[in-house]
Amino acid sequence: MALIRTKPDSQSYTFPGFGSDRFPNFMLRGAGDLDNWHLKTYEGRHEGYVALKKALKMDPASVTAEVKTSSLRGRGGAGFPTGLKWTFMPKDTDEKKHVRYVVCNADEGEPGTFKDRAIMEYNPHQLIEGMIIAGWAMQCRQGFIYVRGEFKWLIDKLDAAIQEARDAGYLGKNILGTGWDFDLLTYRGAGAYICGEETALLNSLEGRRGEPRVKPPFPATRGAYGQPTTVNNVETLAAVPVILRIGGAEYAKIGTPNNAGTRIFGISGHTKRPGLYELPMGTPMDFLVNELAGGCSTGKKIKAIIPGGCSAPMLDEKDFDCPMDFDAMKARGTMAGSGGVIVMDEDVCIVEATLRLTRFYAHESCGQCTPCREGCNWLEMILHRIEHGEGRREDLDLIASLTPRINLRTLCPLGDAACGPIDSALQKFRHEFEYHIEHKRCYVKGQALTVATPAH
Amino acid sequence: MNHPLPPETSERPLAPGQRLAHAARTSLSESCVQEIQALATKYPDKLAATLPALYLAQADMGFAGLEAMREVARVLEIPEGHVFGVATFYTMFHQKPVGKYHLQVCTNLCCALRGGAQLFEKLRQRLAVQPGEVTADGMWSIEEVECLGSCGTGPCLQVNHEVYDEFIDDAKLDAVIEACRQGHVPEWGK
Ligand SMILES: Cc1cc2nc3c(=O)[nH]c(=O)nc-3n(C[C@H](O)[C@H](O)[C@H](O)COP(=O)(O)O)c2cc1C
Ligand code: SF4
Ligand code: FES
Repeated sequence: MALIRTKPDSQSYTFPGFGSDRFPNFMLRGAGDLDNWHLKTYEGRHEGYVALKKALKMDPASVTAEVKTSSLRGRGGAGFPTGLKWTFMPKDTDEKKHVRYVVCNADEGEPGTFKDRAIMEYNPHQLIEGMIIAGWAMQCRQGFIYVRGEFKWLIDKLDAAIQEARDAGYLGKNILGTGWDFDLLTYRGAGAYICGEETALLNSLEGRRGEPRVKPPFPATRGAYGQPTTVNNVETLAAVPVILRIGGAEYAKIGTPNNAGTRIFGISGHTKRPGLYELPMGTPMDFLVNELAGGCSTGKKIKAIIPGGCSAPMLDEKDFDCPMDFDAMKARGTMAGSGGVIVMDEDVCIVEATLRLTRFYAHESCGQCTPCREGCNWLEMILHRIEHGEGRREDLDLIASLTPRINLRTLCPLGDAACGPIDSALQKFRHEFEYHIEHKRCYVKGQALTVATPAH
Repeated sequence: MNHPLPPETSERPLAPGQRLAHAARTSLSESCVQEIQALATKYPDKLAATLPALYLAQADMGFAGLEAMREVARVLEIPEGHVFGVATFYTMFHQKPVGKYHLQVCTNLCCALRGGAQLFEKLRQRLAVQPGEVTADGMWSIEEVECLGSCGTGPCLQVNHEVYDEFIDDAKLDAVIEACRQGHVPEWGK
């Protein structure tokens, strides 16, 4: 058997009260325990494959209806209603029977996000069960799990778990006597953030460069290998067995209206107890930051928080109480994104933090469309000179005139994502940029956030 | 995407193929060829085998240079241009040799807030190697990488394709380097 991780990781997965009715534990059962991934543990301790047996007794359309009732929204970033997405898949007619695919997006590249990794590490069978149920609901015969290349050990683990499921008759031919065949394949990416974008992912899955496709056609019409395809995030698919088990209506009661269920929030940066915390949607952000994660690790005041992975515009003090769900975050001008909360204390130089993020986007731009390819590089250059004491007085206006020419004018949302941090930083911490330009040095005295001579 | 490099000299710039390092041999080992052939039927389309085949070729030859790309194209019977395009798109295919221990440090924001940039500088000084180079004894190479999905446990370090080392401080860094020196970590490509 392939090499399975033996080195435990050392972050928080739990807190007092986790697993109670107020804070149900759906997604992180057994997290932290390296032996938890086996099929026998999943079946024995975590009600594994109960939902699948239930789903296979229902007709596919009612399974989708159940997911719709739950009002589950995609956990990959955009928050699109999952049940609705599944209904976009074409129906078979007498003349045409479609080959369809369900694809799991396990590319997890958004800085600040590290939740999908924990699901695959500790509960791979929950993801597999979710994919089989999704496969049944959309009548697919094949599913793919696209995993980022750096997670090699997780791919080995998924392969082992898939084999366990196959041996138990949950995958393969004639699943549990229904006459329906379904199987899963893992696919290893090779280091490109853009492959998290669903159409870039499909290109990569076909063995091509990970360049996003022009939409329409949407993946539900022409996806992987030209066939109708649905792409969902790991956490979205792993929530599906929970919904089938407890019922869509019950799931919808958790969280806030239109933002049902629990979600794994990852907290990183200047925090005392970094880690993953599963909370009902709509939990206030300061509860997570102060109560659960223990507040700022440096003992200083928190200056800014990025609430949903690095593409989400940053928030300052007055918005730290924001409920963490898709709608509330949107109302405050940011986004819930991938649920990665990044905490920055008052010594962080916002200019340098923004430079680091912009360098990331410039590096990861696939280069297909001009506003993103050229614009991100320009933004990086301008921020670089501001950070290094060569900023010009007109630079801030230059940035302000650049971002609207990138935002919403690109082929995929990476261009918009690049503008989020920089626009919000300029809006909320403009004085730091001005100070930098005027005094040719940092407004604060935190440690450096960038390498002196970067390789790229 | 990396922006096109300015020409190295005022003379005619090198064509992309000429910039690439050369491998010691021009063909893949017999076992690697067979593994790649087996891949061709694993996916709905043989083009889909390009990425996995490049991984195998890279492990076989040490890096995914011109020879490795040509071989993948030959064995899978797909256009060379396609393979070149793919191999140069993804950062995990290396067009020149790396050390026996290729150390990758995440310096993206969450890790930087906890000392990722300083970790990279420390590594650069301790091993006396610049990014993109390999030490004279062929042991070490270092690379600054983007988010590794270990943001809560940063700063983090990945050696070759192994499980990450997390929460790296001075003592842990010593331990990782020592483990490599002692041969407790599989070498690149093994
Ligand atoms: C640049 C970019 C990167 C993305 N990266 C990821 C990712 O790493 N993981 C993910 O699940 N979704 C990612 N997405 C979102 C996907 O495009 C897609 O919306 C998602 O996989 C849909 O799944 P969901 O409906 O379950 O959320 C990314 C989007 C963009 C534009
Ligand atoms: S926005 Fe950027 S990443 Fe997206 S397609 Fe255009 S160039 Fe590529
Ligand atoms: S930012 Fe370093 S692992 Fe995510």
